[in-house]
Amino acid sequence: MTALTELSLKEMQLGLRAGRFSSRELVEATLERIGQIDPSLHAFLHVASETALEQADEADGRQTVDDETPLAGIPIAIKDVLTVEGMPATAGSKIIEGFMPPYTATAVRKLQEAGAIVIGKTNTDEFAMGSSTENSAYGMTHNPWDTSRVPGGSSGGSAAAVAARLVPVALGTDTGGSVRQPASFCGVTGLKPTYGRVSRYGLIAFGSSLDCVGVLGRDAEDVSVIFKIMAGHDPLDATSADPSNTASFRFARSASAQGDELRGTKIGVPQEYFIEGMQAEVQEKTRAAIRQLEFLGAEVHEISLPHTEYALPVYYIIAPAEASANLARFDGVRYGPRAEADSLWDVFFETRGEKFGSEVLRRIMLGTYALSAGYYDAYYGQAQKVRTLIKQDFEKAFEQVDVIACPSAPTTAFEIGAHKGDPLAMYLEDVFTLPASLAGVPGISFPVGFDEKGLPVGLQLIAPHFREDTLLRAAHIYQQATDWHEQRPEI
Amino acid sequence: MSLSQQEVEHIAKLARLELTEEQKARYRKQLEAILDHVAKLQELDTKDVPPTASVSAGQMPLRTDEPRPSLVRGNLLKNAPKQDDGQFQIPPVFE
Repeated sequence: MTALTELSLKEMQLGLRAGRFSSRELVEATLERIGQIDPSLHAFLHVASETALEQADEADGRQTVDDETPLAGIPIAIKDVLTVEGMPATAGSKIIEGFMPPYTATAVRKLQEAGAIVIGKTNTDEFAMGSSTENSAYGMTHNPWDTSRVPGGSSGGSAAAVAARLVPVALGTDTGGSVRQPASFCGVTGLKPTYGRVSRYGLIAFGSSLDCVGVLGRDAEDVSVIFKIMAGHDPLDATSADPSNTASFRFARSASAQGDELRGTKIGVPQEYFIEGMQAEVQEKTRAAIRQLEFLGAEVHEISLPHTEYALPVYYIIAPAEASANLARFDGVRYGPRAEADSLWDVFFETRGEKFGSEVLRRIMLGTYALSAGYYDAYYGQAQKVRTLIKQDFEKAFEQVDVIACPSAPTTAFEIGAHKGDPLAMYLEDVFTLPASLAGVPGISFPVGFDEKGLPVGLQLIAPHFREDTLLRAAHIYQQATDWHEQRPEI
Repeated sequence: MSLSQQEVEHIAKLARLELTEEQKARYRKQLEAILDHVAKLQELDTKDVPPTASVSAGQMPLRTDEPRPSLVRGNLLKNAPKQDDGQFQIPPVFE
């Protein structure tokens, strides 16, 4: 029999329902694999062995499996920027070391209510700021395809955990590409939903006009199972989309049911996403994947998103500006460690100066500058205007096509330390994922081949607001016809 | 784009960050490089472009203003570095 950890989410569901194995066996196998493999990856910051086993026994004792609990007895992992009651939450930062959240994030709670067992919390760049997981204050995560390389980031722990078969699915978050880029680097499928579609209650905020809770899994089918459970209005999140909109949402039901061809689907290929300086193999493999989609019935059109080159500067004003405001709450008063000082003023300065890592400090400085008197209009104001132009690029494109196809990242996984001391070079890693984040539209990354070093290449698909179904269906149809998503690292 | 040492110190003060001299020098250089890059935004004429307020496509409804239970005080205080008598404790604000 294949090891239980090799099974996909779908196979776990079927196996548990048919009684071929118990949830305890599944959770024990998962814990054993984490114990064996994770010392060389460091995908996890916290593993909740005891509670996971207790919950497994509960799931096994329940016997009845119903439609209300499709995830009964299945282990999942959660990026450590989302709160889970009973487990520490660090956001990859020393400034809230030891924090025990008093409530569970809505997205996680919905999965728990569907029966899922949270096996642990995964590593992340500090406050999700980074593209490599090297900015975690608790040590970096390694790429399971080549442990001398980064897994991408900031959801690198979740991506590595799924790729290395530690868990079938894991939650991530995506502010400027933090689900899609690590999915690309680790050869898994990662969905960033529409802004507002999944509740952010319980997400430790980074950039509030950008942050989205997403999913990483082995294929589009597994990802759609989790996405459908998480999506929907939440009164606890003021930015979560209107409930009446929820009712008309077209969920990705067809992703698992049909598997028909892509006839009638119009795919736009933006010329601005095939640029000089990107890795040739990434260009090659993504072009080949687009030809495959065409072969499967899609109509391919060359399109233009003319303001693409401005996405990076816009993002690196808006995200740090929002972060500088969001991170003001970490001041040593209500949670986390506090620097010993005689005045409150010194408590603020010393706690923050000592406990924030260098990337976080850099972004707080940048954001504070962009919002400061005399510079606001030139930086933040101008960035929000150019953001409108980027949004309009997508609106115009989606008048012609149903979905946009492009690379997820300009390179495959880079070596640890490659961008050390050069923040701008690191920021360029997000150049293909930032525009969709700025426009609030959903995107997915899935593997479409390997470079010469055997590192995965990801294709990104982008759809209009609330059309995750289009993304998941197209990815699923591609995955029915290919087996890139079934390749796994030898670890 | 050049930043003065004074500007860097002013930003750090606004952001309530205690920085070492080495950090100030490093961030000064790195912020200059990043600001040079974002200066690209000034190329565009945005006179008639409205700023983005939100990218939410759906409506964001207001909730009804009804009282509901909040989180338990004791649970919230558990995370505080110092607490006293059901409250967060801090050093004196006034001398």
